Amino acid sequence: MTPETVLIIGAGQGGLQAAISLRQSGFAGTITLIGGEPGLPYQRPPLSKAYLRDGKAEALYLRPESFFDAKQIDYRPDTWVEAIDRTAQRVTVTGQSGAHALPYDHLVLATGTRNLRPPIEGIGLACDLRTLRDAQTLRDRLSQPTRIAVIGGGFIGLEFAAVARALGHEVAIIEAAPRLMARAVSAKMSAHFAELHRDWGNRLHLGQAAIAVEPSGVTLADGTKIASDFVLLAAGVRPNTELAEAAGLACDNGVRTDARLLTSDPAISALGDCASFPDPRSGAQIRLESVQAATDHARLIAKRIAKGDAAPYSAQPWFWSDQGPCKLQIAGFATPDAAEEEIAAGIIGRFDASGLSAIETLDNARAHMRARKLIASPVPITRAELEEIAA
Amino acid sequence: MVKVTYIAHDGSQTDIDADEGDTVMHAAVSQDVDGIVGECGGAMMCATCHCYVDAAWADRVGTRDRSEEDMLDGAASEVTERSRLSCQIKLTSDLDGLVVHLPEEQF
Repeated sequence: MTPETVLIIGAGQGGLQAAISLRQSGFAGTITLIGGEPGLPYQRPPLSKAYLRDGKAEALYLRPESFFDAKQIDYRPDTWVEAIDRTAQRVTVTGQSGAHALPYDHLVLATGTRNLRPPIEGIGLACDLRTLRDAQTLRDRLSQPTRIAVIGGGFIGLEFAAVARALGHEVAIIEAAPRLMARAVSAKMSAHFAELHRDWGNRLHLGQAAIAVEPSGVTLADGTKIASDFVLLAAGVRPNTELAEAAGLACDNGVRTDARLLTSDPAISALGDCASFPDPRSGAQIRLESVQAATDHARLIAKRIAKGDAAPYSAQPWFWSDQGPCKLQIAGFATPDAAEEEIAAGIIGRFDASGLSAIETLDNARAHMRARKLIASPVPITRAELEEIAA
Repeated sequence: MVKVTYIAHDGSQTDIDADEGDTVMHAAVSQDVDGIVGECGGAMMCATCHCYVDAAWADRVGTRDRSEEDMLDGAASEVTERSRLSCQIKLTSDLDGLVVHLPEEQF
């Protein structure tokens, strides 16, 4: 039976895409989209890239206000869900109009992630880069010459560091792991980006955890003091699973779903950064932080709800990071322990027990697009095919 | 303002007024023109803003660069010599009245 009332918790790119795709799939019932932030749903990836430079908030909005009326999507910004009552199939929300209950036939959890705040003394002084509001604050801070310490050498910290450096600021990057982006890319690619950032004039402190943040700077585990006027904390995220856990849904590094992205309650789906789902390639439960996964999840869920399509999720992941003039592109998904091999200059393959898991490329869109096709191949890749990527 | 006309695969036509400096992709998405997705927001990562520039405008729109060409390789619909990623076409007063055709699918 097709549900009549779909409630989506979370109005990021994935939650909004679920609403859009439901209408595109012909769903004629009620759609309510609940967002915790004020304003229209917006894209997050540019917050650490173009937006820091141009400050154009209007370029970030995913759909105009008129869209929600036209598509009869009840969008409720600045609204928080307090609890999910699975037995009664309703959620309790608080927002501008006070607390009330909203019923659902199907519930979609698109609650995303929040920034990890490691137990570092004085960490409350550090800025975040997660929301448009955070990015606006950072832009203000970048309007005059300043010394910046970035805690975390992952995509967000490095993208921010590249922009800040290009604007003429002094930047120190502090990473507790021995190399940059260790969770996401090969050691070779890490080393390459370390060299790039050093060339641009950024100072790297690798293998050193920050232990204290003060108004005058950051102290590292070995006692080194890094003088800074402000600190950006970009030390990763954790999935927002509290609502799901309180409602008794299975959670394990995210809200656990099956291959159709259904949670342990068949009336509830989960998508995007908050969902732990079976990797179509390896079968292992994985959680991805990416626009691609969030929107591909959303489209699958919408088709299932609107059309009863029970196909398992099979999309292959892709990621990108723009740092300064360099574009890193990744097709597929490798765990940090995956083996690595340089296939050609700037093209690195990652391998695990079931074969090729990801291909990293640098400033090479052609190789990246070829890599995406290879990664999607249902049959094992030959060495010749792999080398063909660079041709 | 720059007038842009989007002609969908089924022949239906949408005319919009866009700001100079905006891209053909963003103008479409922000005014809810069906048929242009622009999933990556213009970062040239996805090829879901594929369009065909109307023959009458081909000369004025400019050519695609190497990266755009490479990304178009992954487009869902047929790529022709008039194919562009609409995120890479910036609207100027010269393009007032631009007509683009949209592919059957973007995924």
